[in-house]
Order: sequence, then C-alpha cells, then structure tokens
Amino acid sequence: MKLIDKMINCTVNGMDITVEKGTSVLDAAAKAGVHIPTLCHLNLHDLNAVNQSANCRVCVVEDENSGRLVPSCSQEVYDGMNIETDSLKAVMGRRTSLELLLSNHPQDCLTCIKNLDCELQSLAHEMNIKEIHYQGEKMKHPIDTTSQAIHKDPNKCIMCRRCITMCNDVQTVGVLSPLKRGFDVVVATAFHMDMGDTSCTYCGQCVSVCPTGALAEMDASSKVWKRLNNPKKHVIVQVAPAVRVALGEEFGYDPGEISTGKIVSALRRLGFDTVFDTNFGADLTIVEEAKELVDRIEGGGPMPMLTSCCPAWVQFIEQQFPELLDVPSTCKSPQSMVGSLAKTYYAEQNNIDPEDITMVSIMPCVAKKAEAAREELSVEGHYNVDYVLTTRELARMIKEAAIDFKTLRDDSFDQLLGESTGAAAIFGTTGGVIEAASRTAYEMVTGKELKKVDFKDLRGIDGIREATIEMNGTKLRIGIAHELGNARKLLEDIRDGKSHFDAIEIMACPGGCIGGGGQPYHHGKSEILKKRAESIYKIDMGSEVRKSHENPMVKKVYKDFLETPGSKRAKELLHTTYSAKERI
Amino acid sequence: MRKEILDTTTLDQEGLKKLDAYIEGLRGNKEEQLIHVLHHAQQIFGYLPKNLQWYIANQLNMPSAKVNGVVTFYSLFSEEPRGKYTVSVCMGTACFVKGAEKVLDRILELTKSEKGKMSDDGLFTVQDVRCIGACGLAPVVTINEKVYGNVKINEVDDIIRRYKRGDQHAS
Repeated sequence: MKLIDKMINCTVNGMDITVEKGTSVLDAAAKAGVHIPTLCHLNLHDLNAVNQSANCRVCVVEDENSGRLVPSCSQEVYDGMNIETDSLKAVMGRRTSLELLLSNHPQDCLTCIKNLDCELQSLAHEMNIKEIHYQGEKMKHPIDTTSQAIHKDPNKCIMCRRCITMCNDVQTVGVLSPLKRGFDVVVATAFHMDMGDTSCTYCGQCVSVCPTGALAEMDASSKVWKRLNNPKKHVIVQVAPAVRVALGEEFGYDPGEISTGKIVSALRRLGFDTVFDTNFGADLTIVEEAKELVDRIEGGGPMPMLTSCCPAWVQFIEQQFPELLDVPSTCKSPQSMVGSLAKTYYAEQNNIDPEDITMVSIMPCVAKKAEAAREELSVEGHYNVDYVLTTRELARMIKEAAIDFKTLRDDSFDQLLGESTGAAAIFGTTGGVIEAASRTAYEMVTGKELKKVDFKDLRGIDGIREATIEMNGTKLRIGIAHELGNARKLLEDIRDGKSHFDAIEIMACPGGCIGGGGQPYHHGKSEILKKRAESIYKIDMGSEVRKSHENPMVKKVYKDFLETPGSKRAKELLHTTYSAKERI
Repeated sequence: MRKEILDTTTLDQEGLKKLDAYIEGLRGNKEEQLIHVLHHAQQIFGYLPKNLQWYIANQLNMPSAKVNGVVTFYSLFSEEPRGKYTVSVCMGTACFVKGAEKVLDRILELTKSEKGKMSDDGLFTVQDVRCIGACGLAPVVTINEKVYGNVKINEVDDIIRRYKRGDQHAS
C-alpha cells in the first residue's frame, strides 16, 4: 500500500490534520498540539507496556459527526472525523466520569502515601472539581499488608488495569487479576490470597504505574526513624547505583540529575552513623561473579551463568523455572554483600558488636525489601540488611526532616565500604552488570589489560539483546533481558535448548534498576528512564577507575579479610542458595 | 490459605483423571478454552473449589488469578458446593418490578438457605441472576433446566415442596 493510501484526514478543534490510519484520537490530538486528559491510559510503547483499556472514560471527546462521546485513547480516527475536545458536552462528559470515580474513592488525600503524586488528585485539580455531585455505595475491601514489599489498598483502586497490564502482559507473573463483575469488581490476587502467599516477585511495576494510592511500597521509614533515634544502635546506610540519578527528581531537578554528594550529605543529616556505597558491593559482586564465570567456563559448566543481583528475577526463576536453579550465579546481591561485610569485617575492624548494627539500604526497588527478609541472606543470625527504603521513602524522610536538599554540599562516602568504580555505577541500568562483569572477566581470562572498556554492543533499550565478546580466541556469548516477560522468553529457549549463551544478565524492571518500582514516579514518560540511564553512563565515563577488580578498597578487603575471590570465607559471606517455590 | 490451595489430594482423584483426559483431548490453544474446561470441571465436581482452580491453572499453564477471575465473573460458575437443585430468581427490571425480590425471599425462607450458599440438606442453592431474557414471563424462576413463569408468591410453597418431596415432575 502506498503511504498516501494509509493517510486519512480529520479535524481536531477546527484544525485540519492528516494522520496515519489506525491512529488513536488521543495521538491525533497530540499531533495537533491538543492535550486531552487521561487516567487509565498508559503508553510506554518503547518498553512494550501499553494499557489501553478505555475503562475510566476520563479521556472522552465529542465526535461532532455523530454527536457522541468517544474514549480518545482507544477510538481510532476515521477519514473525515471531526473531533471536538473542548465542547461543553466533552468537558462535562469528562467531569462526570471523574466525579463518578471520585464518588467511590476515599477522601483521605492529606494522609495518603500518594498525596501530591496522585494522578487522580491532579486530574481533580486540573478539571476544577470543587464538589462531587454523586453519592453512592463505596467499596469496602481489606487492606493487604502481608508482603514485605507491596501495600495494597483496593479501596483506592480506580480499575484502570495498568497494574494488570504490567503484572500479566509485561512481567508475565500474573498475580493480579480483576475478580467478580460490575460494582463488585476488585483487582485482586487469586482467591483473595494474601500478597505474601502469592507468586508475586515484588518487582513493583504495578506500584510504579498505579495512578493512585491503591498500590504502594510498604513504608519502612518509621522503623528506620526509631533506629536512628536509638543511641545504642550504630545505624549504617548504603545507597544503590540507580538512586543517585533519580532522587533529584523528587526535589525539582530535571530527570537524570546526578546527586550522589547531596544524598550522602542528606543521609548524615538524617542521623546515619556511617554512609556506605552499594556500588562498593557491586564491584565486589563483579569480582566474585567474574571468578565464578571463569571457573564455570574452565570447569565445564553449568552454563549459562545468570546474574543474580535482581531480587524480583531471583523470585521469578525460583517459582517459574525451578528446574533451572543451577544456572544463576550464587553471588549475593550488592546490598547483601555490603550488609554482610558491614556486620563482619567492618564490625571487627571498628570493635562494634554486630548485634548493635542496623543496616539500612536505599534502593530503587521494592523487591529488595523482600530480599532483605530472606533467611538465606543472614550471617550468624543477623540479617545482612535490616531495612530497605526506596528512593521515594528517602525523599519523604528528607522532606520530613525539613532538609533543604538543593542547598546541601556534596559529601563523600565513608570507608571501608564506600569506594567504587565506573563499572559499579552502570549496575543501575540494563546491560550494565554484564558489561562490568565482562571488563573484569576479560582481564581474568586473558591476563591482559583491557584497553577499550566500553562494550557498547551490550547497551541499549531493546528487551532482549545478544552480543559476543572475544577473549583470547574464546568467544563469550552474552544475552541480556530486561522485564520479566523477556526473561521468560530467554529462559524458555535455554530450557528447550534453543539458544546457547555463556552469560546472561536479567533485570526485572523496564530499563533495569533505573526503572525500578521504588523510583520517583515516571507517570508514563519513558524519556525519564532514558535520562537516568544516560547519567549512569556519565558517572562511569567520569570515573577514574572503571574496572571493579581495580577498586583499591575491594583489593584491601581481599587482602585483609576475604583472601581471594571465591575463597572459603567469600563463599560463606558473599554467596547464597536458591530453592524451588510452588507457583500459585 | 496457601496450603489449602496447593493441596489437591482432597479432590476426587477419579474426577481429576476425567478432567485430565478432557484437557488432553483439547485441540489448539488450551488456554483459550479455559471456559470449556471450567464448565466441564464443574460438571464433574459440582463446583469449582480453590484447589481445583489452581489445578486447572497449572494444567493450562496460566496464572491462577486469571482462572479465578473468569470463575468469579460468570455467575454460572460456583466456588461453593451446590445443592442438587439450583434455583435462579431473575432480577431483571421486569421481574423485579413484578415482585421477584419477594419471591426470592420466600424461596430462601422455604429452603432455609442463604443466597448463593447450599442449603443444609444439600438440596438447594438459591441465587439471583441478571435478566434471563424472558421478560414476558416475569417474574421468572428457573430450577435447574426447568423454567417457571408468572410465578405468584403463593405458588412458591407448592413448587419448592414438590422438589423437596422429589416429585417435581408432577405439574
């Protein structure tokens, strides 16, 4: 078909425009520079996450030809369509839809976790809602606080189904589904099971797209405040790679602002005794993981080796592919490694009883909360990590303490676990872990210096990527997937013997940790994620040392304490085990 | 609840074999035929308890939340044990206007049951349903496959009594 046959003409608010056949009214209007409010609609098309359920009816506009209201998100433009987005009928139609939603919504905005970050609230403001004209029955469902990671309040749900799209179509986990019908519909787990009993991976992508406070993180800030105010406790904090390129958004900076120094400063002001860097743990993870990879290549498997830093991914493989549990690396995640060493090596060096140490992690992730509670991730009865705060929770704590974030001076991390390389920085984005591992594995295998450290083939935003790295004549076949649906495809091919890789990196969230469920809300704007990723690579580029094994403090830890990568002590403190879990 | 759902040993094993054979015999995309599978399972087991739904989800390799979503969407699927006779009282507009609610209340009273729950004697499950499209016969009650039209409140006693006696075919 010629392009011209594919084009159709329509009018938006009196403006003639030409669009491709199949274009939605919403996109056609955007092309004409006309904004139509939306609520349930979500379009992260470059990440393969599109929710077009036309459930909320907040985006209705008038089709002048028929005089009818149509949902602009799902209605396709037809040739000769005459759209009015601001006719009285359209405006009133949208108001009515919104008021009906509000009539069945709790009015507790002031104390809601989503206050000032809620799309329903913003729309009520935008549409100048001053009164809700409808009064009727309200939903009354129990609030679910049974998982360590996700807080679910169905009474705040507006049935947009974004979470269902993420959980089912993007992540293929399928824990959430609409149950019942009509007014009784509720987005719930199978049989209304407790979240903690389901196969939820706690990736938190449902949280990151929920427009209201129906799905949120389990807030740990009050527990952390308690520890901070207990003089007997030595409270240590660590900050994940992806937090430093996102927290700024909560304080009015543009997406991608790098605020590492200010974060360290803020954490000291909040009262943390020691501020460590999860990036140090990332470097250590790489050294252990590269060693494991080299051992597996030389020892004949099992291949491929899969990265194990992402806790949602670990949950996923335990539940969905229990037959493949010998392939993930046994390395603990960076947060656990830092926690583990803080309560052993650091405690020993500073004469602190590990019992008195509280380890807090600042993570872009809600799954890290569940990871921290894994029995396997403890040493001598002490959990490696005691509390996990998401980027958003940290922002709230900083605001709560009335700290003026923008005027903070830059501070640097404490030693012994505060030094990091560029290789650790890129852990926060898809492709980063395997690139960091490749830099170290290359030198371990070849014994030669790696001159060109940028493995650009491993970067990008495609859901599944493949690349080959040449090492001394041997070719290392690398696979990368982000989002669990893509991970599933990759794993099915491995299980069925259809593809052969040596090393695979998997991250559960779109774009990797930068798009984590604990990050400042992107509100459907994927360019925010891209900006964060760019900054991650910027940190790497600007780092003096860009290979994990060259981190001077990592070398020191091995010299003083761990001996060599993969040593008995390293195995004890830095490695873990996995177990099959029934899918439900 | 997790334990209860994962335990399929409490299900009739013969029934499960029949169900497996049915699923085995399906052609094409099995996941898309979920409704048929559920319908068949309900015929075998009488209702769809949680562990059976989980079992079906596993057999069809789909999330149990999706299965549960379909089961709870259609009022003809039941998660509770059902009586020998399913009494459905139409609550469509025409039936409602013509006193369906009173008919329903009377039937619940006579069968000593709660809406949607099986009566203690195992004979009845009484439910209200949306318009069944027989508005000309309002108010309408169906008992299993049999349709009762223009039901008057004083006829209800007689109908239910006949089912209790087991001679419902006598008119």
